[in-house]
Order: sequence, then structure tokens, then C-alpha cells
Amino acid sequence: MNILSMKPKTFSLRYQPGFTIIALACFFMLYAPIVTLVIYSFNAGKYISIWEGFSLQWYVSAWNNEIVQDATIRSLVLALQASLYSTVLATMAALGTTRIRPFRGLTAIYAMINQPLMVPEIVTAVALLILFAMIKVATGVQGLFYLVAAHTAFCIPFAYLPIRARLEGMDLTLETAAADLYATPWMTFRRVTLPLMWPGIIAGAMLAFVISLDDIVITEFVKSAGQETLPTYMLGQLRRIITPEINAISTVLLAISLLVVSFFFVVSHKRD
Amino acid sequence: MQDNVNDAPANAHAPGVDIIAQNVVKIFGEGAGQVRALDDVSVTIHENEFFTLLGPSGCGKTTLLRLIAGFDHPTSGTIRLEGQDISHLPPYKRPVNTVFQNYALFPHMTVAQNIGFGLEMLGRSNSDVADVVDKMLALVRMGELRDRRTDQISGGQQQRVALARALAPRPKVLLLDEPLSALDYKLRKDMQIELKRLQHETGITFIFVTHDQEEALTMSDRIAVMSRGQILQIGSPRQIYDHPAERFVADFIGDTNFLIADVTSSAGGKARLLLSSGREVNADLPEGMTPSGRVTAVVRPEHATLVTPGEGELDGMLENVVYLGTDTHYHLKLSDNAPFVVRSQNQRNEDEVFAVGETVGIALESDSLQVLRD
Ligand SMILES: Nc1ncnc2c1ncn2[C@@H]1O[C@H](COP(=O)(O)OP(=O)(O)OP(=O)(O)O)[C@@H](O)[C@H]1O
Ligand SMILES: [Mg+2]
Repeated sequence: MNILSMKPKTFSLRYQPGFTIIALACFFMLYAPIVTLVIYSFNAGKYISIWEGFSLQWYVSAWNNEIVQDATIRSLVLALQASLYSTVLATMAALGTTRIRPFRGLTAIYAMINQPLMVPEIVTAVALLILFAMIKVATGVQGLFYLVAAHTAFCIPFAYLPIRARLEGMDLTLETAAADLYATPWMTFRRVTLPLMWPGIIAGAMLAFVISLDDIVITEFVKSAGQETLPTYMLGQLRRIITPEINAISTVLLAISLLVVSFFFVVSHKRD
Repeated sequence: MQDNVNDAPANAHAPGVDIIAQNVVKIFGEGAGQVRALDDVSVTIHENEFFTLLGPSGCGKTTLLRLIAGFDHPTSGTIRLEGQDISHLPPYKRPVNTVFQNYALFPHMTVAQNIGFGLEMLGRSNSDVADVVDKMLALVRMGELRDRRTDQISGGQQQRVALARALAPRPKVLLLDEPLSALDYKLRKDMQIELKRLQHETGITFIFVTHDQEEALTMSDRIAVMSRGQILQIGSPRQIYDHPAERFVADFIGDTNFLIADVTSSAGGKARLLLSSGREVNADLPEGMTPSGRVTAVVRPEHATLVTPGEGELDGMLENVVYLGTDTHYHLKLSDNAPFVVRSQNQRNEDEVFAVGETVGIALESDSLQVLRD
């Protein structure tokens, strides 16, 4: 065969040899564990790896488990608060970094806002543990407050990135036009900027919610006794005998995440 | 122009004067990279005038408009509206509205909500707003589309909504930054007529920006020709076209013949010029100029006709004839080798026919020559 005549074809990225196999392998690696997890959550037996028939008993048992109930409520309260506060802060940060004339230190400010994405989580966790311990000793104040503060902090970049992307894609002449039509800066924000950045804010809030719901490292270090969240409870369970109850809880968490994400898609596509 | 600068403060309180820009300078950036977008611009724009800023890309048209709207503030100089210095007022405190080049319609509002936005911000009652919106929709003939979203209407319709939105609060001045440049030829012609009608019906001062000389000539009451941050000449389309004061203006607007000539005498805005052919002609002088020696004069191609050699003011060799349907262009070379174009409208019975290579005479209409300031 003439190698020269084949050359143009082999340059095409789509027809790299083995491309399909690698892609399939990746999909398998991504989804096989999840599929297994979901299937075994319906196991009738009490081992997570021996299938003994279909049953919903582990869902029932998780539902009736008071510790699980308690941890679930705490996780939801924590994620709601953290996503709310981090979204408000991220919105302000995004406005601050996109609605000003670019200046020298701007990249440094981006880096500072996105710090939680760059500093290893375990370092942040230890740092927070030490700082909060000092505060607790000094003030004697206990409570969920510390977890809320920690979660808010590491959720900020996740809320910030989609909001900033939305603001950067926005036509600035729209705000100029509002000012031209007698809107004060506040009215311009309320009537033009805010409505147009809503999809970004919703995306940011949902991302922050999922990230907070999922966190384990920082939570494990910061929480006081009796402040189990779902992930830390599940981690604790691993040290004892594990039953498919863990699978059931995980499947529910997965379902919630999927719901949140699809809800976002519906909302954002309606808006655009 | 120098005159305008000096009598501007006196005019400032006179009725009939809407906008006065005085020695306006706008500098962007700092140090070596700085740009003088406006370089000592002074202009007086009258009430109810269709005033056009005409000039090539980057000459500072948008910058001047943005200073009048309040989106930017002058580095030095002042802008007055009806005598009041507005140079540092924010845009939302100026009775000036803008039609943006990309329309900038609010995508999350309907056509009617867009048009009502300005009035709403001014605190008008809901019924007032609804009234004016209806009137505006009728004015721009968009009644049926009032509840459409603005991304569901055509470019020409968006254009009308943008106009209606800017006119609804009844500003003292309407600014239009190349509002027709995104439209196709036919729609553009329609909108030119529409804009003239709207200006006539509303009696609002329009300041219109374009880099299309034909558009400027057909629409404006007066035109300011700009180049590199300066206003070179202000005048009616006729004045600008027939009596360009500078080479740039003559060159930018329409086709022009340049002639080198010697001044033999000058008085009262007129001069006698000795042409290269050895004959003398009358020419107009730019304001306040008393030239001597060698000057450049311009004459429009349609103000010259071909005649038998020796009978005209100039003689030349016919190099090329271009037939263009309504017109014919004759390209000639003068005795001093300068190019010259004669444009004549085609008649049904062309009696005189000139052949390429022939020597012909060129007759110039009286008062068709204009000396340039250079
Ligand atoms: N914000 C800015 N920062 C720096 N330079 C600017 C800025 N705005 C305009 N300029 C410069 O000022 C000059 C005039 O710009 P302006 O936009 O007024 O031109 P224009 O006449 O409107 O041109 P066009 O016909 O292309 O729209 C240009 O050289 C431009 O690069
Ligand atoms: Mg411009």
C-alpha cells in the first residue's frame, strides 16, 4: 500500500487506532463500579458482594435507622447553608472581578478566590482543625457553625466559576444601555445584570450544594463529636461489618445529585 | 470653526442651541501607549437638527458620541446641553438616549418591556408607560410584535425596537452610532427614509454616526467630517460636497479632480487661478484664507464637460471611457500629466462622440472650483 496516499487520513484525530477501545474502557471504568453499587443496593442478603435475590430491605433499614436520619438532616442543612452563603459571596466576587477595569493584581485575586482548588484538602483540613480548636478553647462556642464556615469556604470557587463565566459572556453594552435609559447603578444591577446572571448563579449554587454534600476530608477533621454527616457516617460504617445499607444510602445520594444536575439543565435551557 | 469656539459661551443660553462641545480632548491610556481619540473638538449642534458625524474608522466618532451620552468623560474641555455643563453627569442623569450599533436590546424582556424600560426608570405610572409604549409601537410600526422576545424578531425589527426604546422617554437628543451598518442594502434604504420621518415627526435632535458618505449626504441637515480625532469641516451636505475646505474632505466624499494652479489675485473669498493650460478661472476660497503662490483646487467630475480642444479651460488626452448605464466616465490626462475625470449623464441621442487617444477640451462650470486649505 502507498503510505503517502494514506497520510491525510491517519492525521484525523477521530480515526486514531485504538481510539474506540480506549474510549470504551474509560466508560467501563467510570460506570461499572456505579452500576455494581446500585445493583447490590437491592441485594436480599447481608453481604455487599454476594447476590442473594432482589429486595428493598436495605432501603427500609436505612430509612428507619435513626443515626442515618440524623446524619442526613445534618448533611442537608449543612449543604443548604454552605451553598447559600458561598453563592452569595461568589456572586459578589464574580461581580467584583469582572465589572472592573483589569489591573495588575487581578490574576493574583483569581488565584486567591480559587485557593481551595489548589491547596491540598488535607492541609486545609488540618489548618481548620487547629484554628477552630483555638477558637473553641478561647470562646467556648460549639455548634454546626464551624462546619458551615468550613464548607462555605471550600464551596466558593465551585460557585464562583460558573457565575464568572456567565458574567464574562454577558454583553456589557446591555448595562450601558440601561444606564442610558435612566437606570441608576442599583436599578441596572437589579433589572438587567441580575436577571441575566441567574443561570450562572443557579449553576454555581447547585455545584456548591453537591460538593458540600459529598465532602469528607474537611468534615472529618472539623466536626465535633456527634456531628456525623452522611459521608462521615458511611466512612465510620466501613470500620465495622458493611451491609448493603451503605449501597442503598449511596444510591439515594446519587439520585439526589442527578436530580439536582438535571434540574439545573432544565432551568438553564429555559432561560437561554 | 475657530469662530464657533469663540462665540460658544454667548450662544450657550440662546434658544435653539442644543449641544455645544468646546475644546473637547479625550485621551485613552497613559504614557507611550496613549491615544488621542479626540483632539480639541469644538462643535455646536442646533435643536431639531439631523447632524451627522462622518469619518473613517478610528477617527473618534464613537468616542465623541460616548462623551455626549455620558458613558465616558472628557480629559479636558466641556460639553453643554442647553447651556448646562453636563461633562461629568452620569448617563442616567442626561436627557440623551442612544441607539446602539448592536441594538443592545434586553434579551430577558419583551419588545414592549424594552420600549417601556426608560419611562419606567423615570418613575412614570404604569398607565403612562403603557400609553407611550403603544404610541411608540405604532410609530415604528411594530404593534403586532409587542409581546415577542427580542431574540425572536429580525434584524430590521430589532433596529426599530431599539429606536422606539430610545425615543420613548422623549430625550432632548438622540444619538445613533452606525445604526444601519448591520442591515442589508434594501432595508438600509428603507430605514434611512424611516429615520428622517421619525426625526421630522418627533422634532428631536439626532446625532448620527456613519462612515458611509452617501448616507451622510442624503440624510443630514449638517455634516461634520472627522479625521484623526479632529473635526475638519462642518457644513450642509452641499457645502461639504461642493466646497470641501481640505484635501481629506474632498477625497473622502465623492470623486474629485485635483488641479495645481497659481493664484494671481484673491479677494472676498474668491480667487483668480492660473491653470496649467495657461487660462485663468475663478475659484472659491475656504473661510478666512488669503492664498498666494501655488495652491491645490478641486473640481467634481460632474462639473466638467468635454468640448472641442481649445474651447475649454483645460486640454487633455482621452485615455479611457467607462460606460456606467446612467453615466459615462471619461478618464483624461492633462497637459501637466495630472489625471482628470469627467462624468456626464448619458442622453438618448449622444451627438458628440470622443475617441480614446484624441486630444479634447475640458470646460469647467462657473464657480465649480474650490481651493483647498492644505
Ligand atoms: N476604551 C478605549 N481604550 C483605548 N483606546 C480607545 C478606546 N476607545 C477608543 N479608542 C481609540 O480611540 C480612537 C477612536 O475610536 P472610536 O471608537 O471613537 O472610532 P470610530 O470613529 O467610532 O471608529 P469606527 O468607525 O471604527 O467605529 C481609536 O484609535 C481607538 O482605538
Ligand atoms: Mg465607532
